[in-house]
Amino acid sequence: MDSIQLLFDAPILSVQLLLDGLLIGAIFALAAYGMALVWGVMNLINIAQGEFVMLGGYVAFFLAQAGVHPLFGVPLAAVVLFVLGWMLYRAVIFRVVDKDLFISLLATFGLSILLQQLANEVFGADVRTAESGFGTLFLFDGMVTVAWIKVVAFVAALLAGGLLMLFLKKSRLGRAIRATAQNARAARIMGIDTNRVYAATYSLNAAICGAAGALVAMTWIIHPYLGLPYTARAFMIVVVAGLGNIAAVFTAALGLGAAENFAGFIMGAEYQAGFVFALLVVILIVRNAWLHRKRRYLQ
Amino acid sequence: MLNTGRNIIPVALMVIVLVLAAAGSAHAKVEGDTIVLGAAVSLTGKYSTNGKNTQDGYELAVKRIDEMGGIKVAGKAYKLKIIYYDDESTPAHGAQLAERLISQDKVKFMLGPYSSGLTKAIAPVTEKYKIPMVEGNGASLSLFNKGYKYLFATLSTTEYYLKEAVNLAALEAKKQGKKASQLKVALAFENDPFSQDVRAGVVEDAKRHGMKIVIDDKLPPELNDMAATLTKVKALKPDLFLVSGHAKGAALAVRQTSAMKIDVPMIATTHCDSAKIAETLGAAAEYFLCASQWDRSLNYKDKWFGTAEDYAQRFEKEFNYAPPYQAAESTAAVLVYVDALQRAGSFDTKKVRDAIAATDMQTFYGNIKFDVTGKNIAKPMVLYQIQKGEYKVVAPTQWASSTLIHPRPKWSER
Amino acid sequence: MSTPIMRTLFYASVVLLALAAPLLAPAFKTQMAFLWVMIVFALSWDILGGQMGYNSFGNILFFGVGMYACAIVQRDSGLDYFPALYVGMVTGAMVAVGFAAVLGSGMLGLRGHYFAIGTLGLGIAAGEFASGWDYIGAGSGLLTPLFPGEIGGRETFFYYLMFAIAAMTFPVLRWLYAGRFGLTINAIRDDEDKAEAMGIHTTLYKTAAWCTSAFFLGLTGAVVGNMIGFIDPRDVAFTGATYGVWMILMAILGGKGTLWGPVIGAVVFHVTQQLFWTYLLGWQRVALGLLIVIIVVFFPLGILGWARERWPERFGHKVQQDLKPVQGGK
Repeated sequence: MDSIQLLFDAPILSVQLLLDGLLIGAIFALAAYGMALVWGVMNLINIAQGEFVMLGGYVAFFLAQAGVHPLFGVPLAAVVLFVLGWMLYRAVIFRVVDKDLFISLLATFGLSILLQQLANEVFGADVRTAESGFGTLFLFDGMVTVAWIKVVAFVAALLAGGLLMLFLKKSRLGRAIRATAQNARAARIMGIDTNRVYAATYSLNAAICGAAGALVAMTWIIHPYLGLPYTARAFMIVVVAGLGNIAAVFTAALGLGAAENFAGFIMGAEYQAGFVFALLVVILIVRNAWLHRKRRYLQ
Repeated sequence: MLNTGRNIIPVALMVIVLVLAAAGSAHAKVEGDTIVLGAAVSLTGKYSTNGKNTQDGYELAVKRIDEMGGIKVAGKAYKLKIIYYDDESTPAHGAQLAERLISQDKVKFMLGPYSSGLTKAIAPVTEKYKIPMVEGNGASLSLFNKGYKYLFATLSTTEYYLKEAVNLAALEAKKQGKKASQLKVALAFENDPFSQDVRAGVVEDAKRHGMKIVIDDKLPPELNDMAATLTKVKALKPDLFLVSGHAKGAALAVRQTSAMKIDVPMIATTHCDSAKIAETLGAAAEYFLCASQWDRSLNYKDKWFGTAEDYAQRFEKEFNYAPPYQAAESTAAVLVYVDALQRAGSFDTKKVRDAIAATDMQTFYGNIKFDVTGKNIAKPMVLYQIQKGEYKVVAPTQWASSTLIHPRPKWSER
Repeated sequence: MSTPIMRTLFYASVVLLALAAPLLAPAFKTQMAFLWVMIVFALSWDILGGQMGYNSFGNILFFGVGMYACAIVQRDSGLDYFPALYVGMVTGAMVAVGFAAVLGSGMLGLRGHYFAIGTLGLGIAAGEFASGWDYIGAGSGLLTPLFPGEIGGRETFFYYLMFAIAAMTFPVLRWLYAGRFGLTINAIRDDEDKAEAMGIHTTLYKTAAWCTSAFFLGLTGAVVGNMIGFIDPRDVAFTGATYGVWMILMAILGGKGTLWGPVIGAVVFHVTQQLFWTYLLGWQRVALGLLIVIIVVFFPLGILGWARERWPERFGHKVQQDLKPVQGGK
C-alpha cells in the first residue's frame, strides 16, 4: 500500500488525480447523455455507443490529416455521426425498437462488432491521434498539470448537457421526444410521428457520442477497439443517475472518472478496468437490495 | 413428441459437417513445384497492424524468391506458397488454426504468428507434430526454456529489448559522477506475455546495477489512459522510466508525458516505430528511446535483397509504407527456410529441422545463428533515440549513427 | 411415427455417427471437438436464458473458473497426467458451482436487462482480476501440461472426452426439464411474482439452475483449457466477447427455450463460423457481426421457433384448418 502512503505524503497528488478524473468523467458524461436518452425514450440499450465514440474520433483524425484543426472535428463528427445514426435506425434499429429489450441488446451488440471490424478493415488497427496543439495548464507552481484540451472537453461536455436540456425543454422536437418517452401510444394518438422521434433520438445520441470521440482523439489515442469501456461506463452512469436527469448523469460521470483514477493509482493500473466492472456489479446489487426493502426491484 | 420431421434436421446437419470435413483435406506439403508453408497471422483484432506487417514480410520474401528462380532442393527448383489463417489476435484460435494447417492442409513447415502470446499457444502444437516453426515475432524468453526442439526465432528475445537502455542509464550516471545504484527506475509494462517477459529482463538488469525500482505498474491491454501511472511517475521522479505495451502503450506514453509535462531524464519504450510516434506525435516524441530489432541504416547484407536499405526500398515500393522491424524479421524467417531447405536437399521434416538448427547465415536483417534452445544469438538489438523527428541509432556503439542526448531537456527549457 | 423405437433408433444413430466421426474425418477432430463444446455452451446457456428467462451475458465466468481450477490442480497436485486431469475436471466443475451458488443469491435478484448487464460486468471483471493475479500466471497466461502419448492421440482423446460431456449434458437437461424443476423454472420465466406467490421458493430454484449451468461450463472449461494448451486470462478463459456471446447467439439461432434448439443452433453456427474462417480471410468478423444482426432482427425466434410457426402440425400442435362449420343450432 505504498501508493496510499504516497497520497498522504504528497496531498497535491490527490488534486492531480481528482482533476484528471473529473475531466475524464466529462467525456464519459457525453456518452452517457446519449445512452440515457435512447434508453429512456426508445427503451433500448445501445451497445454500439462506444463505437460511435470511436468513429467520431476518426472524423477528427482525418480532419487533422487534411490540415484542418481537429477541434472543428467536434461539430463535424456530430454531423457525420448524426447521419450514420439515422441510417442505422432506418436499416436496423427500427425493426427491434419495440421488441424485447434483450433482442435489441443483441442487435446493437452485433452492430458494435460490425462497426468495429469495418473500422479495422477500412482505417487499419493503427493507433491514431489528432494533435490539438493546445499545450498544458500549470497549477500550483507546476505541481499539477492539466492538458488544456481536457479542459476544453470538460467545457464542451457541460455545454452539450446544457444545450441538450434546453433542446428537450423548449424545442418542438424536444417536446415530442419527451412526450414519446412518457407514453409512446398516447403520443401517437396526439399526432406525433413516433417513428421520426425515435430516429431523431437515436441519431442525436450518435451525434453526441461522435463529438465525444473527436475530443478523445485529441486527448488520448484512438483505435478500432476502444468502444466497450465507453459503453460499459455510460451504462453504469445511467444506472446510477437514472434515466430522466441530465444533471445527475453529469455528476455521476464525474464521480466515476475520479473513482476510477484513484483506483488505478492505488490498486495499480492492471486492476483499473476490473475495478470499473466490479463496481458495476456492486452498484447493481446494492441498488437492487435497497429497492428490495420495499419489495420492488430494478425494472 | 418426437417425430421424424425433427429427427432429420440434426442428422442432416451432422452429415453436412462430415462432408465438409472430408472435402477440405486436399492440400499436401509440396504441390508439384510449390513448397507450401503455413502461418496463422493476426489480420483482425488488437495485433492486426503488426499482423499485417508480418504477412507483408512473408509475402515479400516469397515474391523475391520466385523472382530469383525459386529454391533449389535436390536439383529441382521450387516456388514458395504460404497458406494463411486469421487468428484474430487470440491464442484460443491460434492453436486451433495451427492444427488445421498441419492436419488438414498438411503443411510441413510453419512460419510464426505475430506476438509472443500467439507463439506460446502454437509452439506446443508444432512441437507435438514435430513440424519445424521458424518465427520472427515471438520474443518471450519463456518460449525458449521449455525445451522445444522445433521452434526457431530470428529475433532477439525479450531480455534484450530494454537491456541497452538500462545499461545506458548506468553509464550516464557514472559519467556524471553518480553511482548506478543511486538511480531510481519506474516500470510500466503491459500485462501480456511479451511485455511481462521484457519486464523480467529489465528487473534482472536493474538488480545487477543495484538500481531501485520505485514504480512497477502493469498496464491493462485495453489501455486507454495512463494518467494514474504517470501521476506516480511525477511524484516519485525516477531517473529512468521504461514502458512496454505494444503500439498503444508507446503512443500513450509519449502523448501523456508531454501533456502532463513529466520530466524524466530518460524514457525508453518498445514498439515506437510501429506506433509511428516520431511521425505523428512530433515534438512530444523528442528524446524518447526506442528498442528495435532492426533498422534500415544498419550495414547488413545478403544475396537476396542486398543491403538493409535496399530491402527497405523494395518493401516501400511493394506495400507503400516503410518496413517496421516486424516485417524485416518475418522476411528473415522465410529466408531461414530457403537456406535450410537448400542445405537439407530434402523435404523430410527431421532433416529440415536439423538444417535449420545448423543455420549460420548473413541476411539484410542481421546474422542468424540459433543456440540449442532455438533463439537467434547472432544479432543485437538496437536502441533509437528520436532526435529532431528522426529515429537515430544511439546504441550499441558500433552501430550508432548519433550520440545520445542525456538527460532529456526539461519541458520548461524546450 | 413417433414411437419409442423410432426415438431410440434416432438417438442411437446420432451416437454412432458421433463415435465414428473421428474415423471418418480424422483431420477434423479438433474442430468437431469444438462442435461439442459449442453444443454444451448453447445448452447450458439455455437453462437460464431460454427456460428461466434470465439472459446471462456472464456465463463465461464459470467456463474460465473451471479452466483455471483444473489447470492449477494439474500444475500443483503432482499427480500423473490422467489422474490430475480428472481430478482437475471435477475440481473445476465444483469450483464453478461454488461461484454460481455464492454469486447466485445477489445476482439473481436482478431482473431483465439489469441481470444481463450485471453478468456482463461479472464476466469482464473476472477476466481483469485473473490477469492481475500472479498465482495463476497473471497476464502472461498459464500453460497446461503436455499430453503424453502418440501424435493424434491427444485430439482423439479430447474429442471423445468432449463428446462424453455433451452426451451427458443433453439427457440430464432433458430429464430436468421434464420434471418439477423444468416446470418451476418455466413458471419463473412466465411470471416470477406469481410463481413466488404460489409458494415456489424462487431464489432456491434460480440458484440451482445457475449451478447446473455452471457445472457443465466448468467441466467444459477444464477440458478446453487442455485442448488449447495455453490459458490466457482474457483471450482463452474469460472470453466474454467471443464464446460468451456465441453461446447466446447459438441458443437464439436454434430457438431458445427448446431442448433441440440450442443443439441445432450450435451446429449451424459452428459450421458457418468455420466456413467464414476459411473463405473470408480477415473479413470473418465483419460477417459475424452482420450475422448477429440478421439473426436477432429477422429470426428472433430461432430456427426451431420459425419452423414451429411454419409447420405447427409437425410439432404436435393441432391445426384446425378445415373445420366444418357447425351446422345450425337446433
